[in-house]
Amino acid sequence: MDEIDALYEEVILDHNKNPRNFGVLEEATHKAVGHNPLCGDHIEIYLNVQNGVVKDVKFKGVGCAISKASASIMTTVLKGKTLAEIQSLFDEFHRTLTSKVDEPVNTEKLGKLAVFAGVRNFPVRVKCATLAWHTLIDALGNKKSD
Amino acid sequence: MDPKNLEIRVEKKKSFNVYKIREDFPILQRKVWDKPLIYFDNAATTQKPKQVIKTIESFYKNLNSNIHRGVHYLSQASTTEYECARKIVKVFINAKYEEEIIFTRGATEAINLVAHSYGSVNLRPGDEVLITFMEHHSNIVPWQIICERTGAKLKVVPIDDNGEIIIDEFEKLLSDRTKIVSVVHVSNSLGTVNPIEYIISRSHEVGAVVLIDGAQSIQHIPIDVQKLDCDFFAFSGHKIYAPTGIGVLYGKRSLLEAMPPYQGGGDMILSVSFEKTIYNELPHKFEAGTPNIEGAIGLGSAIRYVQNIGLDVIYKYEKQLLDYATEQISQIPDVEIIGKARNKASLISFVVNNVHPHDIGTLLDRDGIAIRTGHHCTEPVMRRFGVPATSRASFAFYNTFEEIDVLVKSLKKIIEKFK
Ligand SMILES: Cc1ncc(COP(=O)(O)O)c(C=O)c1O
Repeated sequence: MDEIDALYEEVILDHNKNPRNFGVLEEATHKAVGHNPLCGDHIEIYLNVQNGVVKDVKFKGVGCAISKASASIMTTVLKGKTLAEIQSLFDEFHRTLTSKVDEPVNTEKLGKLAVFAGVRNFPVRVKCATLAWHTLIDALGNKKSD
Repeated sequence: MDPKNLEIRVEKKKSFNVYKIREDFPILQRKVWDKPLIYFDNAATTQKPKQVIKTIESFYKNLNSNIHRGVHYLSQASTTEYECARKIVKVFINAKYEEEIIFTRGATEAINLVAHSYGSVNLRPGDEVLITFMEHHSNIVPWQIICERTGAKLKVVPIDDNGEIIIDEFEKLLSDRTKIVSVVHVSNSLGTVNPIEYIISRSHEVGAVVLIDGAQSIQHIPIDVQKLDCDFFAFSGHKIYAPTGIGVLYGKRSLLEAMPPYQGGGDMILSVSFEKTIYNELPHKFEAGTPNIEGAIGLGSAIRYVQNIGLDVIYKYEKQLLDYATEQISQIPDVEIIGKARNKASLISFVVNNVHPHDIGTLLDRDGIAIRTGHHCTEPVMRRFGVPATSRASFAFYNTFEEIDVLVKSLKKIIEKFK
């Protein structure tokens, strides 16, 4: 598969077109807003966390296919995870995206997220794929104030 | 492409041969991702002809030396070349005096110079600076800074859905409180050519001075600053086939003479003592420190290159490119052109339903096509049109109709992929 097809994988195009868990979570305990001023991307993440475990998550926003798909796929893997598990998953995700093109990908740990490995060939798009995750980590540090 | 357009092209060839022109630009011969480079990012910066590259190379091989003050041969020779570039600019924009041409780092520095030097002594609390909604950030932020410092107010003329200045609103905002009017000639995100002749004459009626941001017009439209009667005109060399790091501020001599220096340092003084420093005369008063000598000389060379082809010839050809691209792009379903002014120059901003500009930019790039995506340093324009970003294809006289066909084909393919 060539690099560009690997970036715009079917799965990514599908999540871009039909984002999962899209919307506002009324009973959110945590939320955060993320921006990428360079491309005008904007994302809001809503979480319901009970006893340190994510019960529910939704997101809203505008962005490129990579950032939207990343947010969408992220929301599908969070439920039931502890905050420590999420942090460790993000660390692996981030490490993979910024690793060298020929380094092996830990597909076992990444699961569905492995589809973003193609972003490694496009360093300027790494921010797009990580925006949702940075916003998530931000949200987990923030209690919803309103 | 249909035969009708081919005819236009053949007719054009009598005076202008784009394929011959392209041979002057070494970078246009290269490939990107194994595809011939199609460079449609000319509003960001233009490519350089070999004549300009040679001039700069020859400067370093034969003349390099610091200018002014030197008594040795090289210093005098490089000073002559540097000052010759000033003469070339003077003639190109038809300034009355050579000393009205100030070399700066670019349009941004030229605007900052006027805002800080002219603004700091001429703006008082209650005075107003008038700009428009379609300004580049470099024609917004300097005015915000100086307004905050002086207590003057920044007023913004709105634009309509086609991306044109609403002249009635301009008239309403213009008053005897207006001290400075600063307007972009050609919008870098919409392509609009503004009616600056009218804006200049109306502003003068209320006693305001007018700065024209010519960053996007100098390379497309013949400029005559005396006929326009603008007080200041700013542009960047790199958008007119010259190197980066060099630009020009034109200012009327009487205004420049009365203005305080912008920066202090060498070259801008006649004598320095701790008690009293006497400033140098124009244009040196505004050129503190060792300037961008190769840049100025490169700019001179680039202007000569443009003059040889003829800016009127360039304008006509680019207009045909723009009309053809507009027709082709607006026929693609799901594409909307942002900026539909009656008078436009050489660029098209557009958005595609359900495909983000960044994805378009990345995918076009793999077909060898360089366009720009984002807010183009005009965030208020993006907000005005309710889009986070646009894709922008901007043309130069070395672009071809065939390249536009490739762009259109590639765009259609991308839209299909996202269906
Ligand atoms: C309309 C306009 N004004 C000002 C500028 C600033 O030019 P520079 O960055 O070369 O100083 C630009 C550059 O993009 C522009 O398009």
